[in-house]
Amino acid sequence: MIWGVDLASMLLGGLAAGMVLFIVSVGLSITMGLMGFVNLAHGGFAMLGGYTIVLAMRRGDVGFLPALALGFVAIAALSAVCERLLYSRLYRAPELHQVLFTIGLVFIMIASVTLWIGPESQPLPLPSLLQGQIDLGIIRYRTYSVVLIVIGIAIVVGLWLGFERTRLGAQIRAAVDNRRMAESLGINIDRLFTGTFAFGSGMAALGGGLGAEFLGLDPQYALKYLVYFLIVVAVGGLGRVTGVFYAALLIGVLDFVLKKYVPQGGTLFIYALTILLLLWRPQGLFGGRAT
Amino acid sequence: MTSPPPGVTLHPAAAALTGRHRPRPWEAIPWVLALGFYFAFPKNLGFGTELLVTILFALSLDLVLGYAGIVTLGHAAFFGAGAYTVGMLAKHGIWNEPLTSLILAAVVAAAVGLGSGVVLLRTRGLTLLMLTLCTMALLEEAANLAHAYTGGFDGLDSLPIPPLFGVFEFNPLYPTTQYLYVLAVLFLCFVFVRTLVYSPFGHSLTGIRENTLRMHAVGAPVPARLVLCYTLSAAIAGIAGGVWAQANAYVNLGTLGLDRAATVLIILVLGGYGRLYGAFVGAVAYMVLSHFLAKIYPTAWQLGLGLLLVVIALFARSGVLGLGEEIWRRVRATRVAS
Repeated sequence: MIWGVDLASMLLGGLAAGMVLFIVSVGLSITMGLMGFVNLAHGGFAMLGGYTIVLAMRRGDVGFLPALALGFVAIAALSAVCERLLYSRLYRAPELHQVLFTIGLVFIMIASVTLWIGPESQPLPLPSLLQGQIDLGIIRYRTYSVVLIVIGIAIVVGLWLGFERTRLGAQIRAAVDNRRMAESLGINIDRLFTGTFAFGSGMAALGGGLGAEFLGLDPQYALKYLVYFLIVVAVGGLGRVTGVFYAALLIGVLDFVLKKYVPQGGTLFIYALTILLLLWRPQGLFGGRAT
Repeated sequence: MTSPPPGVTLHPAAAALTGRHRPRPWEAIPWVLALGFYFAFPKNLGFGTELLVTILFALSLDLVLGYAGIVTLGHAAFFGAGAYTVGMLAKHGIWNEPLTSLILAAVVAAAVGLGSGVVLLRTRGLTLLMLTLCTMALLEEAANLAHAYTGGFDGLDSLPIPPLFGVFEFNPLYPTTQYLYVLAVLFLCFVFVRTLVYSPFGHSLTGIRENTLRMHAVGAPVPARLVLCYTLSAAIAGIAGGVWAQANAYVNLGTLGLDRAATVLIILVLGGYGRLYGAFVGAVAYMVLSHFLAKIYPTAWQLGLGLLLVVIALFARSGVLGLGEEIWRRVRATRVAS
C-alpha cells in the first residue's frame, strides 16, 4: 500500500507541474501554429505576469483571484500593444530576425525587471485557504497542487470547448491549417492574431503566477524555462490545444519522476527523448500533418 | 581560369566576376590592426586573445548561417566539443601537444557536426531550431554528468599545455604567445573559409540559401552540401574551442551553454552575416562594448543589448557592414547624379 501511495503522490506532483507547463505553453503553441512566428519572448510574458500577480498581492494587498485576473488583463494588453507595434512587422521576415527580435525583447524584459524590482526571487504568498494539505481519501496531499490540477483541467476543457465549438475557434483552426484559404474566406487574420496573441500571453501570465510557488520567480525565469516550454510545444504539435495538454502532462510527470529517482540524469533523458521524437515525427507527437 | 587573349579587354562586369575572389588591398587592414594591437596594448593581450577566439567562432557560424542559411541556436555544441577534447586529453595526461591537439579538437567537433548534421538537417524551421538547441543541451548535460572525466560543473582547470614547438611558453600572466598563436590560427582558418566561400561549393551554398527548390531542380546535391558545410563549420568552431581552452588553460560548462551560442549569433548579426568580415566587425564592437560596460553596469548592458537587437531585427537587418554599404552606395549615387 505504501508503494501505491508513493505512486499516487508522485503522479499528483507531476500532474500539477504539467498543468503549469500547459497553461504557459498553450498560447505559444497557438501563436506559433497560427503565424509561424518563433516567439522566444513567451517566457518573458510569463515572467512579467508572475511579477504582476505576486507584487499585486504583496505590495497592493490584492486577493489571489483578483490578482490573477489583473495579471491576465495587464499582460494581455501589453502583449497586444507589442504585437501591433513590433511583432506584426516581422511576420514575413526570416526566422533569424524573429529569433533575434524576441531574444532582444527577453533581454529588455529581464533587465527592466532587474532594474525596477531587483534580481532577487519573489515568493508567492498563498492565501491560507490553499495552504496545508487536503484529504483525498487514499492519501493526503498538498492542497495547492490539487487546486492547480483542478484549474488546469477547467482551463483545458474551456479551451477545448472554445476551440472546437465556437465560431472563433473554428476560425483559428482554419487559419492554422491553411492561412491563405482562411484569408480568402474573409477571416480577418490580423485581428484574429492580435486577439489570440494577447490571450495566449495572458494565459502565460496566469501560468507564471500560478507556477511561481514551485518554479520560483526571478528575472531569469524568462530564459530558464524557455527550453521546457519549447519542448512542450514541439512535442505537442503546433496549434493543437489537446496536443499541448498531453505533452505538458507527459513532460511534467516524466520530469517529476526522473528528478526523484535519477536526480542527475533526468534532464538528459528528456532532451534525448525530445530529439528522437522530433526526428521520428517532426510535426510533434499529437500534431496533424506537417505543413 | 582562362585569361582573355592579349589585346582583348574584358567587359567590366565580366572582369568583376572573374576577379572577385582576388584579395583586395583593404583586406590587409584587420591583420595589420591585429598586429598593431600586439605592440600597442601589451597589457590587454588577454582581452585581445579572447577577441580573436570570438572572431574565429563567429566566422564558423557565418559559414552555416550566413552562407548556407541554416538557423541554429546550438553552435556552442561544437565550440564545447573542441574545448573539452583539448581539455580532457591534456588533463588526463593523454596528449597535450598544442597543434596536434587542435587537429584532434577539429576532428572530434567535425564528427559531432557530421553525426548531428546527417539527422538534424533533414528538418527545417522551428523543428531544426529546437533540435540544435536540444543537441547542445544534451551535450551540456552529458558533460555535467560525466564529472569523473569532465570535472562536471567546475570544469577542468590548470591544464598542462606544453610550450608551442617546444619553445614558446603559454604564460597566463603575459599571454603574448597565446595572442600570436590564436592570430595565426585565425588567419589560416580565415584563408580556408574565404577560399571555400568563393569556390563553386560556396556559390552552391548561397544558392541553397536563396532558393532551395531551384537548387534541387538544377540537380545540386542539396542535403550532402548542407551536411558538408555543417561539418566544416563544426570543425572550425571546434578549433575555436580548442584554442580557447589552450589559451585559458581551462574548460567549463559555459563553453557548451546557450549563453555562448546566443552571444555568437548576436555578434555575427551585429557585424552583418553572409559577409566574411561581419564576424570581425561584430566581435570587435560587441567585445569592446561588453568589456567596458558589462562589468560596470551589467543590467544596463543587458537592456542596451536587448534594444540593439530589436532595432537590428526591425531596421538594420544586414548589420553594421550592411549599413556602411548602404551609406556608401547613397554617397556614390549622389556623386554620380551631381
